[in-house]
Amino acid sequence: MTAVLAFSVFVTVTVGLYLTMSRDTFRCVIGLAVLGAAANLVLFAAGRLGSVSPAVVPVGETVLRDAANPLPQALVLTAIVIGFALLCYSLVLVLRLIRDARSDDALSLRHAEPIPDDPVKPPAAAPGCDVRWPPREGSS
Amino acid sequence: MSALAAAPVLVPLATVALTTLTGRRPAMQQALSFAGVLAFLVSAVALVYLAATDQPAQSAFGGWAAPYGIEFHLDRTGAALVLITALMGTASLLFLASDADPGPRHPLLLPLVHGVLAGVGGAFSTADLFNLYVWFEVMLICALGLFAIGGRLDQLDASFKYLVLNLLGTLLLLMAVAAIYGATGHLNFGALAQAAPALPTGLTIVLLTALLLAFLIKAGSFPLYAWLPASYHTLPAPVLALFAGLLTKVGVYAVLRTVGDVFAPSPALLLEALGWVAAATMLFGVLGAAYHWDIRRILAFHIVSQIGYILLAIALSGAAGNTATLFYTVHHIIVKANLFLIAAMIWRLTGSYDLRCIGGLYKLRPVLAVLFLIPALSLVGVPPLSGFWAKLLVLEEALAQGQYVWTAIALIVSVLTLYSMMKIWMEAFWKSHPDEQWQPPVKTRLAPAWTATLGLAAITLAISLNPQPLLAYAQAAARTLGG
Repeated sequence: MTAVLAFSVFVTVTVGLYLTMSRDTFRCVIGLAVLGAAANLVLFAAGRLGSVSPAVVPVGETVLRDAANPLPQALVLTAIVIGFALLCYSLVLVLRLIRDARSDDALSLRHAEPIPDDPVKPPAAAPGCDVRWPPREGSS
Repeated sequence: MSALAAAPVLVPLATVALTTLTGRRPAMQQALSFAGVLAFLVSAVALVYLAATDQPAQSAFGGWAAPYGIEFHLDRTGAALVLITALMGTASLLFLASDADPGPRHPLLLPLVHGVLAGVGGAFSTADLFNLYVWFEVMLICALGLFAIGGRLDQLDASFKYLVLNLLGTLLLLMAVAAIYGATGHLNFGALAQAAPALPTGLTIVLLTALLLAFLIKAGSFPLYAWLPASYHTLPAPVLALFAGLLTKVGVYAVLRTVGDVFAPSPALLLEALGWVAAATMLFGVLGAAYHWDIRRILAFHIVSQIGYILLAIALSGAAGNTATLFYTVHHIIVKANLFLIAAMIWRLTGSYDLRCIGGLYKLRPVLAVLFLIPALSLVGVPPLSGFWAKLLVLEEALAQGQYVWTAIALIVSVLTLYSMMKIWMEAFWKSHPDEQWQPPVKTRLAPAWTATLGLAAITLAISLNPQPLLAYAQAAARTLGG
């Protein structure tokens, strides 16, 4: 059982890393989601696999026997919720970015750090991509 | 004392809720935000007082005692950093009321800033490894909101890079936490510290390496700092100052907590590696800064460079190293945030962040020129400013341990830092404005900005002229750490 889980973690991490390193920004975000699933599997495995009994104390007993460790399950649940929120955010961000930048190629994302024209001197900020001066009236 | 231990999280979170609800009424939102940050400041002062009198505030939530429940524990280190967090929050919210590059006023701006404060406060107060991960996520989500809120193309670009690289760090952190739980069966810092010596050394090195890699991504250390200079300069100035002061330092604090406290004494191999990483961080950060002409990008690279000094202090470990770490962190947060705020005032007066397009400020505002020199020379480490004492503590310990190469690199980096700071000062203040027709703006609203920057400079001067109280506090803090 543990070997099967370890192998599936290996496959998931590989797929996630492969997608994350893609130049396609959308694939990159999907890859991060897959990597998140792999992290959750690792967290799940940390609680030891084996018992299938639920972590509930039966009637008439005071001690819990042969039950699954509930803590990693709680941790995985927390991580899933956080990961889901971040996935939603990153999907919206990447779609907006593709729309505004008219490209989904990560190598063309040079708006925050423009490529210099001069081999020695650093570039000025691209027009329309920096704070404007003087500040508009009432914009504070 | 239980309720106060949760204050670093509860007060900012309550402010987040209140400022979100009053999003349609800017004046009321502003007032609530100030009230919230002042309450945070007051509770932080109380926490430092409790920690300094050896009654650290702690609380185990839900009544589950230490090894099982989530615990908040504010020792001297945590409490001091919470106080600095509150101070930075106050300064940047005050600065937001001026018209020096505050960015467009979005109704969610103030809630997100308080959300960042809650995340930072939580990370400094928690005594639980998984809980630390959760606070890193809170910081990440709020920071991403602040990046994307302006909606300019370069900000979206920056937030994408920030997102991808930081999310990789977070996932690595999550896997490392899982592995540590699997190996020891504990997440609580106290219980981990007891379980750690029983682990085989090889396993400890593997677990700690994974954990430190994740924290070093967050701290922006070599070679994992690419996200920081790629993104920070797109933020509005007050938010930028807050991020520059606090976010990377949470990563550094996490490194200190694991290497210097929970798993202390850490394997020598790991500390040696951390020392070389620190030296490379210093050097490559300062070389990146030397290339740039945009004030914000110069200062962003200097964050990386200064992180190297703090990591070097952690790598030296022991009581002296931990003392230097805390002293350096406190000094650095104040100085760094102040430099970014003064850069925004320069922008307001001259119209650009690019040093090639500005000048002539010494004639116009001599006080600002002197004000800039205080944090700038403190960053370099010119005596008697606070940076000198911080660097003295680090380098003294490095020499005492016979680490001459690290000391030499640190001294060379200081000289290069001086070059960068003098470049900003000469270009922005001393030389005349390249455009002879240039007229300074007539109407500016810089009074809140002056208050914030002068206040931070006053704190720097107080540490500079009387370093003994902070040093004594840091030494006492180092004694309570495991190292």
